[in-house]
Amino acid sequence: MSGEPPYRGALPRPTPETRPYWDGAKAGRLMLPWCKACARPHFYPRSICPHCGAADLEWRQASGRGTVYSYVINHKPARGFEDKVPYVIAVIALAEGPRMLTNLVTDTPTPEAIRIDMPVEVVFDAVTPEITLPKFRPVEAPR
Amino acid sequence: MSGLRRKVAIVGAAETDRLGTLPEHSRLSLHAEAARKALADAGLKPSDVDGLFSTVAGPNELSEYLGIVPRYVDGTGVGGCSYMIFVRHAVAAIAAGYCDVALIVHGESGRSWIDMEAPGTPASPAGQFEAPYGVAGAPTSYSLPVLRHFHEFGTTKRQMSHVPAATREWALLNPKAIMHKAGPITPDDVMASRIVCYPFNLLDCCLVADGGGALVLVAAERARDFPRPPVYVLGSGEATAHRQVAMMRDFTTSDSSRVASADAFREAGLGPADIDHLMLYDAFSFTPMLFLEDLGFVARGESGPFVADTSKRADGRTIYPTGPGGKLPMNTNGGGLSYCHTGRYGMFALLEAVYQLRGEAGARQVPDIETSLVHGPGRQFAAAGTVILANR
Ligand SMILES: [Zn+2]
Repeated sequence: MSGEPPYRGALPRPTPETRPYWDGAKAGRLMLPWCKACARPHFYPRSICPHCGAADLEWRQASGRGTVYSYVINHKPARGFEDKVPYVIAVIALAEGPRMLTNLVTDTPTPEAIRIDMPVEVVFDAVTPEITLPKFRPVEAPR
Repeated sequence: MSGLRRKVAIVGAAETDRLGTLPEHSRLSLHAEAARKALADAGLKPSDVDGLFSTVAGPNELSEYLGIVPRYVDGTGVGGCSYMIFVRHAVAAIAAGYCDVALIVHGESGRSWIDMEAPGTPASPAGQFEAPYGVAGAPTSYSLPVLRHFHEFGTTKRQMSHVPAATREWALLNPKAIMHKAGPITPDDVMASRIVCYPFNLLDCCLVADGGGALVLVAAERARDFPRPPVYVLGSGEATAHRQVAMMRDFTTSDSSRVASADAFREAGLGPADIDHLMLYDAFSFTPMLFLEDLGFVARGESGPFVADTSKRADGRTIYPTGPGGKLPMNTNGGGLSYCHTGRYGMFALLEAVYQLRGEAGARQVPDIETSLVHGPGRQFAAAGTVILANR
């Protein structure tokens, strides 16, 4: 089988303080660093708590739930995204508090279909054997 | 405390002869032409410079290229507002006696991209947490806060579309503006232009051009010894809050802009009502709207209704509140949207304030002005710099 063409989008190169995050994503878990001193999580992962300055951190799995804080619908693609336009770049407010930039995975990338503050949940996109990108998709509101 | 109010003055200001597509220029030759012209404006030569401030060319590269050995060096690189921050740093350095003649230089081959650096590495935080999601330059990141503002305050795309239309009116009065001969545009034209990254259409986005500019500053007590009318620095401020737009604490207000502008107003002893002329860095239509709010020219959430509050002249032409004939003349060169935008535009905003305060702005001259405020962001509302200038 010829399979998929090689992934052409930008790829992250993990660093020591972000490695557990990317390892978690590869295993299908959204991981956040939590501060043992002030008991708050942060994102993106750092070696120091941006809330209180403590360096005593631990990794915990996040719920994978959140809401759309803001978004754009991009029609001028980045390299490797040429066949995906238009695509949604969103900032998600995670249920745990921190915000992260990601893609909103949706069949309807329109202003009518995407609401600010709408609930979303994490999905994992294994773009290469080494790198899995956490992305988000809308959650159907319970009836 | 009055800080360093009116201790330092701008005595030289100039930009490259041409702006736009300049394949005959490298990044460094744009710096050199701007520096040479600004020094000539001040009646000085390169060897008179003992304080050097530059970022697109590092100060070491630029000292080598110009053949000078400055004893004060600043390479602050926080994006487009680095030049406002350089003015502040030059004021401090001159007041401290660390240098006597400060040269601030900008040059950028933003369109032809001759000897320009690629963005950061895939290991940087932005390389790990922005780029993999298809963030493709400023239109995909400057746009991100906009819909949050729309959501919280009811701001509309139609209101936002008034900003490029108003700014174009100024460009029509400025022969050097890249869009000088492009004709007027309406908010409808903005909304009908090609979609780039919703909520931004093409006419919501700044130009991409090659060009350069430079300023020369000396102690205010010497300023009258130079050939041009001095422009005094009354106050300044700076701040940085983040690097990636997703890390902006609140998408409806820029922490760095509020810190920088509050310090500048405090040092100058002025408030928004005292400002006759305004340069608010317009990387995109929305950018100056947020600054109008953060600097206190309008109340929080009121920028949309403010920019769309137009009236009609006797001949039927629209008067925009920030355009020619409006109550708050803003971005009078035509702005990043219709004048020129090289990538780090702050220098051009400062230059226009100087031209206006020196009374050299020709058909676009705002009459009887004494004060001008220049404010801009570095990257996506990440850093900020404010400078308040006056001609007396
Ligand atoms: Zn902490």
